[in-house]
Amino acid sequence: MSAVGRVSEARAGWAMSSPALAAIILFFVLPAVASLFLSFTDFDIYALADIGNLRFVGFQNYERLIGNPLFWKAVTNTLLFVGFGVPFIVALSLFAAMLVNSRWLKWSPVWRVALFAPYVTTLVATAVVWRYLLHTRYGLVNYLLSLFGIAPIDWLGDPNASLPAILIFVGWKTFGYNMIIFLAALQTVPRELDEAARIDGANWFTRLRHVTLPAIAPTVLLVSVLTVAGMFQLFAEPYVMTQGGPAQSTVTILYFMYEEGFKWWNLGSGAAVAFLLFLCILAVTLVQLRLARRSGAI
Amino acid sequence: MSLRRWSVTLLAAFVALVTIAPLLWMLSVSFMARGEASAFPPPLLPSDPSLDNYRILFGSFGIGRFLLNSLLISTLATALALLFTIPAGYAFAKLRFKGRDATFRLLVAALVVPGQIGMLPLFLELKAMGLVNSYAGALVPWLAGIFGIFLVRQYCLSIPDEMLEAARIDGASEGQILRRIVLPILTPIIVTLALFVFLGSWNDFMWPLIILADQDLYTLPVALAAMSRQHVQDNELMMAGAVVTTLPVLILFLALQRFYLTGLLTGSVKG
Repeated sequence: MSAVGRVSEARAGWAMSSPALAAIILFFVLPAVASLFLSFTDFDIYALADIGNLRFVGFQNYERLIGNPLFWKAVTNTLLFVGFGVPFIVALSLFAAMLVNSRWLKWSPVWRVALFAPYVTTLVATAVVWRYLLHTRYGLVNYLLSLFGIAPIDWLGDPNASLPAILIFVGWKTFGYNMIIFLAALQTVPRELDEAARIDGANWFTRLRHVTLPAIAPTVLLVSVLTVAGMFQLFAEPYVMTQGGPAQSTVTILYFMYEEGFKWWNLGSGAAVAFLLFLCILAVTLVQLRLARRSGAI
Repeated sequence: MSLRRWSVTLLAAFVALVTIAPLLWMLSVSFMARGEASAFPPPLLPSDPSLDNYRILFGSFGIGRFLLNSLLISTLATALALLFTIPAGYAFAKLRFKGRDATFRLLVAALVVPGQIGMLPLFLELKAMGLVNSYAGALVPWLAGIFGIFLVRQYCLSIPDEMLEAARIDGASEGQILRRIVLPILTPIIVTLALFVFLGSWNDFMWPLIILADQDLYTLPVALAAMSRQHVQDNELMMAGAVVTTLPVLILFLALQRFYLTGLLTGSVKG
């Protein structure tokens, strides 16, 4: 190609990518970096009114957070969501994917779409629906349990039940997304391998353990990384269903950040929470990647 | 074999029914009379189905306004996101320019940073720009769609270079090549991306909650959350509100699910 052509191609390249790049820098990169700086200041309602009131306070926000029991409650709750939610949701999605992928299944696309439907619904609307489903006296969930002789559970009013209740909702809402990813991976597993194991007399569970799971190990990792990130970002669920209660049992890190920032207008302290949240997600993801590498999954 | 076939299908049908039961239940209760759903055992179907709840929602609650806000914001978000990400995705795939690969690597790395990290500074930034409490403020995060660029680039990589070279030799400008040759090829991925952004912005809650203060500007999810805090007891009304909020996106998804599900795989599995 001529030199002129190359120059015009390069010019077009920058012209076409720069609007998006400018938006990304202005509305994504800059705020993310600014979050770190903001976390070292005492930005509050006074600074919001007059920037002259802003002071640099070093690590004070972080020190105060470490001494704040509600912050630790939020961290503990979020880690509980991750610890219980990730295995639960990954198992649920894998089960659904294997079911939909079964070669004995008729009308598979119909079931696939039905199972995926909750994922595309509006979170706030379904949270409202589930708050009602989980109602202690009139809720459908307790009614179904009563058929098995189980006494009514105060799902959203009992600090011991609120976290599982939200997990059930989140699992229902998100498993379809992971299911689609698992489904794509399962379709790459050679049927002959599974068939050979079956002829050798391996039962369903043995085949899952020794044929299917090793073949889709990288996908299991991908799905768990995505689910961990999702669990760290729970906000609307507790906001709509429990408002963080009862007894702060559903305050998540992001919910805490929202209240710190936009309810109390402690933006400096809120930014410190945001930065710690980012470090948490990054750390968990790196650990998962390392474990996967050691076990030979990727 | 036939028995196995039926038992697997029956199991799948059962799981699917349990999964969509909350949505069917929401629809059913929305047609019930006030207070009818607060009974034990919960009634499955309305004894005397009526549209009263919807009448109240659109009448005294003015939900039409929020529906309009949501439609406006999601449509604009979709149009703007396409306008920004399609040319960029194409450029990163097919146009050779200095620093292209390094920039793209940085973008991919940035995908691991959750958007909420910068929410507080972004709020301050938009406040300085005078965009807090405006539609423009609600739209801003959708302009910076790294995932969209990534999706478009993946798809563009499959366009043969010879086709673009031939157009250049014929004297077409780079802009003309994008408009006349690349855009038609990109149609499926444009539909996919548009659907992603539309559903994403329609369902989004945290950012509109932060940036929109005036009730007149509320999107459906924000309005519904506010309503549900004031009307905890009005189950039938809340279910109707949930229907108005979810039904549009559910229908859109069902109509275009082929594109959506393929796009999900291009975006996640290869990434």
